[in-house]
Amino acid sequence: MDQQTAIDILLKLVAITVAFVVVLFVVAYTVLAERRILGFIQGRLGPNRVGPGGVLQPFADLLKFILKEDIVPDKSTRFVYFLAPVIATMAALMTMIVYPFGPDIRIPFTNYVIPLVVTHFDVGLLYVLGVTSVGVYGIMLAGWSSNNKYSLMGGLRSSAQMISYELALGMSLIGVVLLAGTLDLAQIVEQQSGWHGLRWFIFFHPLGFIIYMIAAIAETNRVPFDLPEAETELVAGFHTEYSAMKFALFFLAEYINMFTVSMLATTLFLGGWNVPFAEDIFGRNTFLFGLVGAIGFLLKVIFFLFLYIWLRGTLPRFRFDQLMSFGWKILLPFALLSIFITATLIFLFPNTF
Amino acid sequence: MLVLLFILFGAMAIGCALAVVAQRNPLYSAISLIGVFISLACLYVMLAAPFIAAVQVIVYAGAIMVLVVFVIMLLNIEEEERRRARLRFLVPAAVVLAAVLIAEVAFILVSVQQSRVVPTSSASDTGLTQSIGSALFTQYLLPFEITSILLLMAIVGAMTLARRGGLLGTREQAKRD
Repeated sequence: MDQQTAIDILLKLVAITVAFVVVLFVVAYTVLAERRILGFIQGRLGPNRVGPGGVLQPFADLLKFILKEDIVPDKSTRFVYFLAPVIATMAALMTMIVYPFGPDIRIPFTNYVIPLVVTHFDVGLLYVLGVTSVGVYGIMLAGWSSNNKYSLMGGLRSSAQMISYELALGMSLIGVVLLAGTLDLAQIVEQQSGWHGLRWFIFFHPLGFIIYMIAAIAETNRVPFDLPEAETELVAGFHTEYSAMKFALFFLAEYINMFTVSMLATTLFLGGWNVPFAEDIFGRNTFLFGLVGAIGFLLKVIFFLFLYIWLRGTLPRFRFDQLMSFGWKILLPFALLSIFITATLIFLFPNTF
Repeated sequence: MLVLLFILFGAMAIGCALAVVAQRNPLYSAISLIGVFISLACLYVMLAAPFIAAVQVIVYAGAIMVLVVFVIMLLNIEEEERRRARLRFLVPAAVVLAAVLIAEVAFILVSVQQSRVVPTSSASDTGLTQSIGSALFTQYLLPFEITSILLLMAIVGAMTLARRGGLLGTREQAKRD
C-alpha cells in the first residue's frame, strides 16, 4: 500500500466521521424539536428545563440512556437479541456516504476544494434502497428474539408493511431516474441546477413526489403508519423488551431513517443543494455559493423533518387492513401511472426534459 | 489492499455458507444466508460491478430473504429434530456430488491459469449501470422480454393458486367456500 492510497483512505475516514457527527447532531436536535413542537400542538410546554429553552436536553437524554439498567429477557435468543439494534443503526447510518450535502466548497484565498459528498457511487440510489431494505432485519429480528408476543407481532407487522411499501417507494423514484438519466445522486442534483437553480424534478414528476412521501413515512414506521409500535395494541411493538442503550439505538435508527428519507426527498425532488438565484448572485464555485448551497440543503431537509412532526401531531393511526389495502390497491397503481405519464412526456417532448 | 479485502469477504462468504448448513435453527440459517449474499455483493463491488452488487442486495437480501424470515417467524418453526435414519441413503449421493463439485472448481482454476484473457481493470465501464442498461435493451432485448413474460406468468399463476375458488373459481364460489 503506497502513501497516496493511505492518505486517500484516511481522508475518506475523516469525511465519513464528519458526516456521521453532523447527522447525529441534527438527529439529536430533531428529537428535541419534536418534543417541543408536539408540546406546542397539544397546548403544553414540552421539555424546557435543561439549559436555556431546553437546548441541552439531548445530552441529558443520552446520559440517562447510558446510565439505565440494561435488562435482557431471560428466555430471549441472546446473540440475535444483541445483533438486532446494531443492524438497525448500522443500516441507517451507512447510507450517509452517498448524499451530496452541498456543492464543492473552495476555501477562500487558497486552492483547496472540499467536496461536500463522501463518495461518488455509480449506483448511489440503488445503494440507498438496498441498505435501507437490510435495515428491516433489525426490527424483524428484534421482534423475534425478544420471545414476547407483542414484540413478535410488531416485527411481523413491520416486515409486511415494509415489503408492501418498498414497492411503491421504488416505483415513485423511477420517474426521477428517467428524468435524470443516472443513478448517481450527485449527478441527479447537478441536473436540477438549470432555470436559475429552480429546475427541480418535483415540477416534472409531482405525482411521484406525493407517492414517495406517503411510502417513505410508512417505511420509517412513523405516524400514521406506526403500526409496528402501536402502543395502544402492542405495548411498544418490536422494542418492548429493549432497555437502556439498546433501546436508544433503535430510537436513533428511527430518527436517522427519518433524516435519510428527508435527504432523499430533497436530493431527488427539491433540487438538493440548488438554491434559486444563488448562482447569479455569488457566481459558481465560490465559497459563498458552497455555503449557501449547504445551508439551503439543510433547510429543505429540516422542512421535511418538520412535516413528519406536524403529521405526528395531527393524524390518527391506520388500521392494519386499511394500511395493506391502501398500499397495494391505491399507492401501487398510482405509482405505475406516474411512471407511465412521465415516460410518455419524456418520449413526446425529448427537448423539454 | 485488494487481496486483503478479497480474503476478508471471501472468508465471510464461506463461513456464512457453512453456517447455513450447520445451523439447526432455521432462522439462524436464514441469517447466515443473508450474510452470504452481502459478502457476495461486496465481492461484486471489488470486481467493478456495482450494479450487480446493488441488485444482489436489493433482490436477495432485501426482498427474498425478508419473505423467508417472515415465514419462519410467522410459523414459529422450532429447531428441527435430527432424523438421521430416514435420510441415510442420501449420504453416498452427497459424497459423489461433492466430489463432482470439487473437480469442477479445480478444473476452472486450472483453465483460468492457462487462458490468455486479460482481466478488466477497475476503470472499465462494463459493470456500470449505463452499459448494462444499453446492452439489455438493445442487444439482449428478446431474452429480457421473455424473462419479463415468464415472471408475469409466475405472478398470475401464484395468484390463481392462492385463490380459494380454484383455477376458474369465481368470486361467489370463493365466498361460498
